[in-house]
Amino acid sequence: MNQGSLTKDIILFVIFAGLVIAAPVLLTPLGAGYPDLLQKFAIFGIFAIGFNILFGLTGYLSFGHAAFLGVGSYASVWMFKLLSMNVIPAVIFSVIVAGIFALLIGFITLRRSGIYFSILTLAFAQMSYNLAYSVLTPITNGETGLQVRQLAPSDRAADYVLNLRDEDLRILDQAFGVVEQGIPITNLFGIKMSGYPGFYFCAVLLIIAFGLSILIARSNFGMMLKAIKSNQNRLNYTGVNTRPYLITAFVISGMYAGLAGSLLAVTDPLAGAERMQWTASGEVVLMTILGGAGTLIGPVLGATLIKYFENIFSAINDNVLQGFYSFLPDSLNEIAVAVSGMFVGKGWHLTLGLLFMVIVVFLPGGLMQGFQLIANRFKRKKKTDSTQHSKQAAE
Amino acid sequence: MENIVLHVNDVHKSFAGLHALSDIDLAVREGETHAIIGPNGAGKSTLLNVCIGRLKPDSGSVVFDGVTLTGKKPYEINQLGVARVFQTPEVFPDLTALDNVMVPALAKRDGSFKMSVIKRLSREKGLRAQAEHMLEDLGMADQMQQIASEMSRGNKRRLELAMSLIQKPRLLLLDEPTAGMARHDTNATIDLLKKIKEGGMTKVIIEHDMHVVFSLADRISVLAGGRIIAQGTPDEIKNNPKVKEAYLGEEQV
Ligand SMILES: Nc1ncnc2c1ncn2[C@@H]1O[C@H](COP(=O)(O)OP(=O)(O)OP(=O)(O)O)[C@@H](O)[C@H]1O
Ligand SMILES: [Mg+2]
Repeated sequence: MNQGSLTKDIILFVIFAGLVIAAPVLLTPLGAGYPDLLQKFAIFGIFAIGFNILFGLTGYLSFGHAAFLGVGSYASVWMFKLLSMNVIPAVIFSVIVAGIFALLIGFITLRRSGIYFSILTLAFAQMSYNLAYSVLTPITNGETGLQVRQLAPSDRAADYVLNLRDEDLRILDQAFGVVEQGIPITNLFGIKMSGYPGFYFCAVLLIIAFGLSILIARSNFGMMLKAIKSNQNRLNYTGVNTRPYLITAFVISGMYAGLAGSLLAVTDPLAGAERMQWTASGEVVLMTILGGAGTLIGPVLGATLIKYFENIFSAINDNVLQGFYSFLPDSLNEIAVAVSGMFVGKGWHLTLGLLFMVIVVFLPGGLMQGFQLIANRFKRKKKTDSTQHSKQAAE
Repeated sequence: MENIVLHVNDVHKSFAGLHALSDIDLAVREGETHAIIGPNGAGKSTLLNVCIGRLKPDSGSVVFDGVTLTGKKPYEINQLGVARVFQTPEVFPDLTALDNVMVPALAKRDGSFKMSVIKRLSREKGLRAQAEHMLEDLGMADQMQQIASEMSRGNKRRLELAMSLIQKPRLLLLDEPTAGMARHDTNATIDLLKKIKEGGMTKVIIEHDMHVVFSLADRISVLAGGRIIAQGTPDEIKNNPKVKEAYLGEEQV
């Protein structure tokens, strides 16, 4: 990653913001122009940007980032239950809680580097996952998951004989006299966070998250992180205490994950432990590497692509395939459906795995490296063209 | 009379039975260039490793300017004003030459940790000018934007020298700073090191090239088999029979 100029960064940021805001229009031809999916792009984009601040800049590969995603979701749902269905307290609280949790885990796991660090983070995330199912059930509601419920009758609330898993308080909403009918949905000062308003709330946060990541990458702090990735040993002999830098990067990326987890709860106020499972941690690694670790846009690109293909491929079932291959004779049709069936529907992870292998083998720098190669080829061609032109002109 | 900057007191270090350093006593005076010479495997690099906290001595201590370095972390030792150039060039391979020099410059100015997330590195105009100047001094003006991993070994070495010098250390430890350099570059480096000496920086230099040693050193310590076998001015060392023996012994092997 080179030190881009300020103007270039501003242009990049403006283009990014423009694309995100116009995404509902731009992605409609691809069949992705609806808020639920767009929201997912934005949320996992934030998750991957944060992950990349740790992995892309310092080279420390965390295999447990889904834990922070899960913590963010739980924290938000608790805010919905206790304070208000307004998303602002939920988002703030989630980011703080995830940050504290990351500080704790980072403090311990960052005593090691390389594969040992990865394994430690994985162990911590799996531990959190298991705890959420067992001893932490009072907080997580175990397998059922934590949900927003109806308000407790006011006399019971006053007597403190609540069962907070099944009855909510929403102190702030009550204080402001918000009337609830049935189970309420999340809102931003009255604007319901479903459909496009929901997407644009996530989109604004994505744009801010992206802008912050540019600032970090270009700052003195970011340069130290890159130096850690490049040669941590040398950095120690250069007078830099690398540990606080790493812990800070870890906490920042944990807070990004907490924000993403919070937004998942904003779109669907329910938190379950499966969000913390190692497959979820692995997914953000794939997103970042697929797009291009250490690049600014790569992680968002990777997140969008994976969520898009997950959506398309996993929706294809045998019936769709049979229709697709209907031009083939029956026997061939069956074989074609059986073979293709392995790659779609539930088998979409196989496609993802293959795609990932191809990228890592041929483009270790991810898709961004691919674009760079293409761009360079064009530039070279242009140059030779223009020299030819000038020659002709000279003649 | 003179001020002793670095004091190595009775240091021992062994690796699984191999005595890499035994009974090492060394005093480096303020402003001097102290050369350490000796055959391969004599323990020269190990001695520097003990000084900068890469290795812990089995016994004995290293004192810099009244502060005991033994037991301190490498970054603390650097912050006290001790910089090192390694035998195999240690740079930041993924960064440009300029950024390679900016990192130690930041560490010198900001200390071992500073949260500076908002200010852009490119706006550090003052530090940047210093770093560019340093690279120009070392004849690397046209390589500032080159990625370090793409540099020749000799250039990496010069880059590492720039990384150390930008910190204006009180004590500079150089482990074979001219190895792998062409004659021309070696002479340029000698000139540069002489220039630094006028500025009063104390240096310990390990070197096999006797031309370099005799052009720079005020005093020389000869290390063989983990022990200091001779110490003195260049003239004294030249005529010391023990030194001749150590080097001849090596040649016979
Ligand atoms: N980390 C280590 N572990 C085990 N043995 C080591 C270690 N470092 C050095 N040694 C051994 O200690 C002895 C001294 O090594 P050292 O690198 O200090 O020699 P040197 O004088 O710098 O030699 P050269 O001129 O080849 O650089 C050698 O026998 C070496 O193999
Ligand atoms: Mg050596």
